[in-house]
Amino acid sequence: MIVLEKRPQPSKAWSYATPLVAVLATMVFGGILFALLGKNPIEAIGTIFWEPLFGEFAFYYRPQLLVKGAPLVLIAIGLSLGFRAGIWNIGAEGQYIMGAIFGAGAGLAFYPLDAFYIFPIMVIAGAFGGWLWAMIPAFLKVRFGTNEILVSLMLVYVAEQMLASVSLGLLKNPEGFGFPGSRNLQSYDSAHNAELIAGSGMHWGVVAALIAVIFAYVLLNRHMLGFHIRLTGEAPRAAKFAGVNPARLILFCLGLSGALAGLAGMFEVTGPSGVVSIDFNVGYGFTAIIVAFLGRLHPVGILLAGGLMALTYIGGEIAQSQLGLPAAAIQVFQGMLLFFLLAFDLLTNYRIRAAQSEVA
Amino acid sequence: MDLGEINPVLLVASLMVAATPLLLAAIGELVVEKAGVLNLGVEGMMIVGAISGFAISVETGSPWLGFVAAAIGGAVLSLLFVLLTQVALANQVASGLALTLFGLGFSALLGQSYVGIKPPSMGDIHIPVISDIPVIGPILFQHDPILYVGIALTAAVWATLKYTRVGLILRAVGENHDAAHALGYKVIKIRIMAILFGGACAGLGGAYISLIRVPQWTEGMTAGVGWIALALVVFASWKPWRALLGAYLFGGITVLQLNLQAAGVAIPVEYLAMSPYIITILVLVILSADKSSAPASLGRTFHASH
Amino acid sequence: MTTPLLSLQGLTKAYPGVVANDQVSFDIGEGEVHALLGENGAGKSTLVKMIYGLVKPDSGTMMLRGQAFAPPEPRAARSDGIAMVFQHFSLFDALNVAENIALGMENPPPMGDLASRIREVSETYGLPLDPFRTVGDLSAGERQRVEIIRCLLQDPKLLIMDEPTSVLTPQEVEILFETLNKLRSEGTSILYISHKLEEIRTLCDHATILRLGKNVGECVPSETSARDMAEMMVGATLQTPERSGRAFGEVALDVSGLSVPSPSEFGTALKNVHMTVRKGEVLGIGGVAGNGQDELLGVLSGEIQTTADAIKFNGQPIGKLGPTARRRLGVLTAPEERLGHAAAPDMSLTENALLTGSVREGLERNGFLKWAETKSFAEKIISAFDVRTPGPENAARSLSGGNLQKFVIGREVLQDPDVLVVNQPTWGVDAAAAASIRQAILDLAAKGTAVICISQDLDELMEISDSFAALNEGRLSAPRETTGLTVDEIGLMMGGAHGMEVAHV
Repeated sequence: MIVLEKRPQPSKAWSYATPLVAVLATMVFGGILFALLGKNPIEAIGTIFWEPLFGEFAFYYRPQLLVKGAPLVLIAIGLSLGFRAGIWNIGAEGQYIMGAIFGAGAGLAFYPLDAFYIFPIMVIAGAFGGWLWAMIPAFLKVRFGTNEILVSLMLVYVAEQMLASVSLGLLKNPEGFGFPGSRNLQSYDSAHNAELIAGSGMHWGVVAALIAVIFAYVLLNRHMLGFHIRLTGEAPRAAKFAGVNPARLILFCLGLSGALAGLAGMFEVTGPSGVVSIDFNVGYGFTAIIVAFLGRLHPVGILLAGGLMALTYIGGEIAQSQLGLPAAAIQVFQGMLLFFLLAFDLLTNYRIRAAQSEVA
Repeated sequence: MDLGEINPVLLVASLMVAATPLLLAAIGELVVEKAGVLNLGVEGMMIVGAISGFAISVETGSPWLGFVAAAIGGAVLSLLFVLLTQVALANQVASGLALTLFGLGFSALLGQSYVGIKPPSMGDIHIPVISDIPVIGPILFQHDPILYVGIALTAAVWATLKYTRVGLILRAVGENHDAAHALGYKVIKIRIMAILFGGACAGLGGAYISLIRVPQWTEGMTAGVGWIALALVVFASWKPWRALLGAYLFGGITVLQLNLQAAGVAIPVEYLAMSPYIITILVLVILSADKSSAPASLGRTFHASH
Repeated sequence: MTTPLLSLQGLTKAYPGVVANDQVSFDIGEGEVHALLGENGAGKSTLVKMIYGLVKPDSGTMMLRGQAFAPPEPRAARSDGIAMVFQHFSLFDALNVAENIALGMENPPPMGDLASRIREVSETYGLPLDPFRTVGDLSAGERQRVEIIRCLLQDPKLLIMDEPTSVLTPQEVEILFETLNKLRSEGTSILYISHKLEEIRTLCDHATILRLGKNVGECVPSETSARDMAEMMVGATLQTPERSGRAFGEVALDVSGLSVPSPSEFGTALKNVHMTVRKGEVLGIGGVAGNGQDELLGVLSGEIQTTADAIKFNGQPIGKLGPTARRRLGVLTAPEERLGHAAAPDMSLTENALLTGSVREGLERNGFLKWAETKSFAEKIISAFDVRTPGPENAARSLSGGNLQKFVIGREVLQDPDVLVVNQPTWGVDAAAAASIRQAILDLAAKGTAVICISQDLDELMEISDSFAALNEGRLSAPRETTGLTVDEIGLMMGGAHGMEVAHV
């Protein structure tokens, strides 16, 4: 019989190894899944992980990695701070939408004025929109003890309805021949989050994501607030004993993650997407949860995990067009990754040992 | 607009239908939480139940077999949660989220070839005499059998928790797993049973949406019902009859806003559509003051050390 | 000689890194009260868990009335007539007394019948209990009654009691002993686990002494001196802590009219607490667990805030200040629960040193952390308090209870406090570590720190404190000088016998 034995302290080696093991296991089981769907598993896995980086059209796909990875990393960094403190914001998708609406709305209010200050205002408005949306669960939790998981999640559905409402009403393109959706911000220079180096995929969102990674790293490793975040997650009672104010921490973590998700939405709507429309959001806010865990809630880990997840998105699209792999299969593949990661995480804190049967 | 077009009898009858998926999922989750486990994967288990039930009833032509398959589908998915939280001792919040994300993708994959198909109909029970009573008949006695299964399940869970030894042990495990272990109860085994039951109930609830309420298959069709069911358990203070009441309340809101949409009330459709979610938040706020009835071990991982 | 009730032969149980029981053998006779004596960590709990079927021995055998006995689970042990009263109660706060008792029985009768049997048995043995009260609302003594009655309802042949008196007042202990004597006279055997020697000398017929998992000797307690038993138990002669000089200065901490509700559902509110501690004085606060100790520590540490004037430090009102502000002033605390309250289990000792040390040791600047200084502070604690660990990078949970407790107390002592409040400073700690912790507290007082020591160990309080007060249902008795206090007086300060009565024989 196999028994679990708690390690005297978490294993460093396993905490680095588990994400890799999880990725490998996902490849194996994902391959089996693809085989069941009648695809050649090796070809499918190869397409997903190899094509975007080194394939024939890699020059096109590599910049896409930055485009897809940036919002994931930006959102996941924010979420990871809360997750570390045991504060579960799972409504980043809604904050992402609100960031896009506020950001785009602020820009479109100036249309057709051209001025250097419009884009910075939009950045602030986008962060504010996400922050505001996250402050709802934060305030309710602090004031009434309401569960932030459920409230933040409910607000995703509300935000989606808001998105539908503004796409059809407030922000609808007056010159759009009645079609839903806003003006295209890509053709409004003052509001366009253009590539910083043409063809590189590098836009302001990528810069913001990198800054967020560095900021989070310094915060968690060198600052009292970061220490308090970690302490609250590990031992809430000890954190109170150390003098942490839980309410302030909740407001900070939820507010920051909302602002970052809002920024991600704002950079997306002003750049790669360009338009506020009903189907603007594609689930980055949920995928970022996987990214945060895959990166072990560590800023550098999240950066790598964001890249990997972007790879599965792009590789998945290629596999979709080349091999006819269903889009949902990639979603399952990503879900599997989180499963294996959580399962193998066991090895960080426990040793598995064969033992004679024991009454447990 | 014409509010006169809303027929109160139909409204009440259809609110019972709208409430049933919520009720089934909430009753299952209530049992899980009573055993001290927080499974946030209800949405994922529901959607997997919705597609398994839909696919099997289309393939076999039997809605009954569909519901059986839905219960099995939900339970199988919850088995993943069991592996993560009871065997690999992973964080329950993260594992529940994983279950939902995975379930949404997996159901979309399974459901590709079922989009746009109409499932076989279950038909309503029609008991002579009582079904024909005016007003009360159509409201209470002209529904599909699963709706009555939901109510019966509520009664059964209530009686089991309150009066039986199994119920007492389940509550004890949720209250203090260390003490239950010290008395020789198999904490993990009891929790696994509860989680599987919760998965089966969520699966039934999902299939009720795809087979009876809508009835057809679309991706992500549960649209947050699983999350509302989680909120409902808190609303109900972990009491089965209050879960029934809550489910009817939410069912009523859903049906009412749909009726108002249809009647062309001067409120934009989007605002009506977001109302159930906003009301869920309001209810959570009002009830979050009282947490005293929550099982004390809720969400805590159990590992029998020496 | 007749066959013993239970005979243990060469029981061995090893856990990774530690042999909890090594070839333990002894017999328990019919109708005998048998003491199992040993320090914390000597292997007493593992041994009784094997008898109760919670743990399976690696090797060795047990015989119950001459029959081979190897319970695979507690259920089997219970059906063979073994019952156990746990040290940390195995009770369910939110359930009522009858439900709790039903959970501990194999075939409980219907609730109505069970309730009347509970009333019957509880009255026979002088342990009154209302079967329909919620267990979370009961006092520690009453909770123990629930456990005892749960056992008695099953007519046990062997009753195992794990440190039963640690939660009782002296008067309640007397009543418990009456109950146990009555059980013995009815032929029930009792395995009595304790490290309190005087108790064992009064009650037990026979004693087995465990040290580091081995049976190191047996004796008849009434014929053996407490000192001899202590030496067998510890394996060395112990030094009693000493203190020099008892000159008290001005009042350092002044608590007056302090009332706070408990933050937890089944906690105890503090009601109108008054006390003063002078510089250099050690105030001992006794009382049975669950009478407001956690709340008192919380309100002194700043985790629970109250009206400003209720707590004054050197005349300055501090009731509204949080933990960090109080630390800055010099009011330091060490809570009872080491893992999760005083220290974060998965964090390193360096990080745990930062947990309370940041303000007074200057371990941060503008919020940025000075890890090098923090590490040397942790190292200072480790060396000054002889904390056995490979180094400050190790997680708190990897330390033994005694070592972690030395770290936690050392962390506060080295910060040079003006007021130090400790709760259960030596709970679950081996004798050597306990002695060094007590010595550190006394040395601190000798240097002029005002110390409040909350403890359930009366011997400890008598040893180190200058004055004594007791908490009872959230009320604090008026402090009295320790010298000259009798056990009876202490017991009355602790609330006497909480409505118990002597068994109706």
